[in-house]
Amino acid sequence: MDRASHLSGALEFFIYDTLKIFMLLTVVIFIISIIRSYFSPERTRKLLSHKKEFIGNGLAAGLGVVTPFCSCSAVPLFIGFIEAGVPLGVTFSFLIASPMINEIAVVLLWSLLGWKLTALYIGTGLLVSITSGVIIGRLKLEKWVEEYVYKIRTGQGMEAIAPTFTERLLAAKQNTAEILKNIWPYIVIAIAIGGLIHGYVPEDFLLKYAGPDNIFAVPLAVVIGVPLYSNAAGVIPIVSALISKGLAVGTVLAFMMAVTALSLPEMIILRKVIKLPLLAVFVGIMTLTIIIVGYLFNAIL
Amino acid sequence: MEIKVLGPGCANCHKMEELARKAVAELGIDARIEKVSDIAEIMKYTMSTPGLVVNGRLVHSGKPLPDMEKIKDLIKQEA
Repeated sequence: MDRASHLSGALEFFIYDTLKIFMLLTVVIFIISIIRSYFSPERTRKLLSHKKEFIGNGLAAGLGVVTPFCSCSAVPLFIGFIEAGVPLGVTFSFLIASPMINEIAVVLLWSLLGWKLTALYIGTGLLVSITSGVIIGRLKLEKWVEEYVYKIRTGQGMEAIAPTFTERLLAAKQNTAEILKNIWPYIVIAIAIGGLIHGYVPEDFLLKYAGPDNIFAVPLAVVIGVPLYSNAAGVIPIVSALISKGLAVGTVLAFMMAVTALSLPEMIILRKVIKLPLLAVFVGIMTLTIIIVGYLFNAIL
Repeated sequence: MEIKVLGPGCANCHKMEELARKAVAELGIDARIEKVSDIAEIMKYTMSTPGLVVNGRLVHSGKPLPDMEKIKDLIKQEA
C-alpha cells in the first residue's frame, strides 16, 4: 500500500515535471528563435572585428549566446571571423559561450533548480568564456592556426538576407518544433534517470565519493564530464537530482560546464582550423577555469 | 539551372540537400544539384551553413532552414 502510493507519487511528479518543462521550453525557444533571427553570424562578425581585449571578449561571449549557428558551421565561422580581423582570443570567447549558455540550458535550470542557480550558471559561463578567451589572446597563438585559414578569401554574398517579420515568426515556429522534436527523448530519459537517482540512490553513497568534503570531487566531475557528449537537455535533469542528493553546487556546475562546453566532436571539428598545440591549450585552459569555478562556488556557497 | 547546397556534412546540411532535391522534383524543372563540402568553396559564398546557391547566387544561409514552399519560391525566382 505504502509502496504503491510512493510509486504513484513518483509518477505524478514525473508527469508534472515533464509537462512543465515542455511548456516552458516551447515558449522560450519560440521567443529566443525570434530574437536570434536578428543576430546573423555576419553581423556578429562585423561587430567583433578589430575589437580590443576584454570589451571584445565580453561582447563575443554575449553574442555567442544569441547568435544562431549550427555546430558544424564552427569551421566556416572560425575562418570568417579570423578573416574579418576578429582577434583569436575574441573568437574563442564566442565559440566557448555559444554551446555552454543556450536557451535549453537556461529553461531546464530555471524550472528544476530555480532562478538563483540559473543566474549563477549564466554569470560564471560568461566569466569562463571571457577569461579563457583573454588568456588565449594574451598567449599570441596565431601561429598555431592552420595556414590555409589565412589564405581563404570570402566572396561578396556574405550579407545575410533579412527576412520579413512574418517570415521570422514562421521560421521561429518551425525552429521550435524542430528543436523539440530533436531533444524530447533526451529530456524524458534524463528526467526519468533523475527520478531514479532521486528515489533509489542512497544519499550517503554520493556524499561519500563526491560530497563537499572530498577535495577531488571537482576535478573528478570535470574529468567525467569532458568525454560525456551531451547537450544541456540530457544533463540538467540528472544534475538536479544530484543536487537534491547533497552534491555541492560548485561540483555540479563544473560537471555541467564540462559536459556542455568541452566535447570530443567539437574538438575534432576545431582541429580542422587549429593545430594540435592550440587545441591542447584551449582544452587545458577550459578545464582549469572550470575547475577553479567549481572550487570557488563550493567555497562560497 | 545549377543548384549548390553548401555544408561540411552535418544533419542540417543533409536536410537542406534533401529539401532542395524534393523541391526540384516537385517543380519539375531541369536542375543539377551539387553538394559542396569543401570549406574554401563554401566560404566563397557564406560562413553560415547550410547554404543554398542557385545559378551562382546565394539565396539562403544559416539556421533555421527554410521550409519546402520557401525553397520552391527561392528556386523559382532564379529560374
